[in-house]
Amino acid sequence: MSAGHVLLGLLANGQRHGYDLKRQYQRRFPSAKPLAAAQIYATLERLLRDGLVAAGATERAGGPDRTLFAVTRRGRAELDRWLSEVELPSEYVANLLAVKVTLALLIADQAVAADFLRCQREAHLTRMREQTRVKADPHADLLRVVAADYAINHLDADLRWIDSTLQRVGQLAKEIRP
Amino acid sequence: MTSVTHEDPEVLTARSIVKSYGNSPALRGVSLSAARGDVLAITGPSGSGKSTLLLCLAGILRPDAGEVSFAGRRIDTESESVRSALRRREFGVLFQFGQLVPEMTAAENVGLPLLLSGVRRREAMTAARLWLDRFGVADLADQRPPEMSGGQAQRVAVARALVTEPEVLFADEPTGALDTFAGEQVLVQLTRVAREAGTTVLLVTHDAQVAAYADREVVIRDGVVEGDVVPASSSAGQHRMHT
Repeated sequence: MSAGHVLLGLLANGQRHGYDLKRQYQRRFPSAKPLAAAQIYATLERLLRDGLVAAGATERAGGPDRTLFAVTRRGRAELDRWLSEVELPSEYVANLLAVKVTLALLIADQAVAADFLRCQREAHLTRMREQTRVKADPHADLLRVVAADYAINHLDADLRWIDSTLQRVGQLAKEIRP
Repeated sequence: MTSVTHEDPEVLTARSIVKSYGNSPALRGVSLSAARGDVLAITGPSGSGKSTLLLCLAGILRPDAGEVSFAGRRIDTESESVRSALRRREFGVLFQFGQLVPEMTAAENVGLPLLLSGVRRREAMTAARLWLDRFGVADLADQRPPEMSGGQAQRVAVARALVTEPEVLFADEPTGALDTFAGEQVLVQLTRVAREAGTTVLLVTHDAQVAAYADREVVIRDGVVEGDVVPASSSAGQHRMHT
């Protein structure tokens, strides 16, 4: 994810200072890993340097001075370009679980690999239940529900892979260590 | 043999259940128990024996060997008429589809189990409308199943399965014929109402997303219990493996 583009998006409807951007980020992406304040300010510096945002007035409301930032015309064009850009699925499959299964078969045996897969399945199911509870909560806002949907479907894809790999782990062991 | 234990008071218990269809073994010594108010998912691939287990637990099939007990009383040795009465009074059963009487209205369908139990028609219809309301389909009370969507019909079917306020609800792939959103609505309402009423739910499914609505999961593979997961409220759950 490009933090710069996300901040441009949050600034597109009006100027904000860094602390406000942090709060907006948490509000709009409630299930995402929070952005650290240092990362926000470093990103704003970079956007400022590239002419994508402009620094405006300084606010002081019972605390430290806070500089307001606004998107420039160039920044808005860059945001529009980024939003319409299709995110190509990665050419390489990054699957840490598969790496662990392969290495377990290389240095240990089928039982170790299968045990890892079963324990991993349990951890995935636990997380899936947590996300399902978020979704089933009648008071959950739609942003959280949508984020939970995404998490549940990705966990489900992993679970299907874990189940099929558990079925194939014996064959895989023979292939890796004939 | 497999065995599953649970700390809470047991409402339903299976011990060493064996069941075959001809020469094909479906269950090869399955034991499990469910406490009052448990929402338990029974999962496993197609042909693993999970639906057969549900039918044995509900007293619809009689196991070849082993014991099934409900509220401390053995039921697998009871006559069909006794088991049938038990299913009317204490159990609710829900399948994938096709369980509503097409000629009857939603209210009549939901009231039917009460009428069969001797409740007067007027009271049965009042209760039926109340249960339809709990599942958000009160406006369908006078419609017949062919006039409803799959999701609406299944919500009526859930209301019918719960109208007698059973101790145990047996549900076999209850959302298998529904699209994602309709299935979610049924599961959210079913588990909410069951938890409020303290009804034990046994939910057979091959779908992890459906199983995630349960508090606990028993995995059946090749007719035996492969694992029993009681997740903690956060991080990793407790996993009990059986061999």
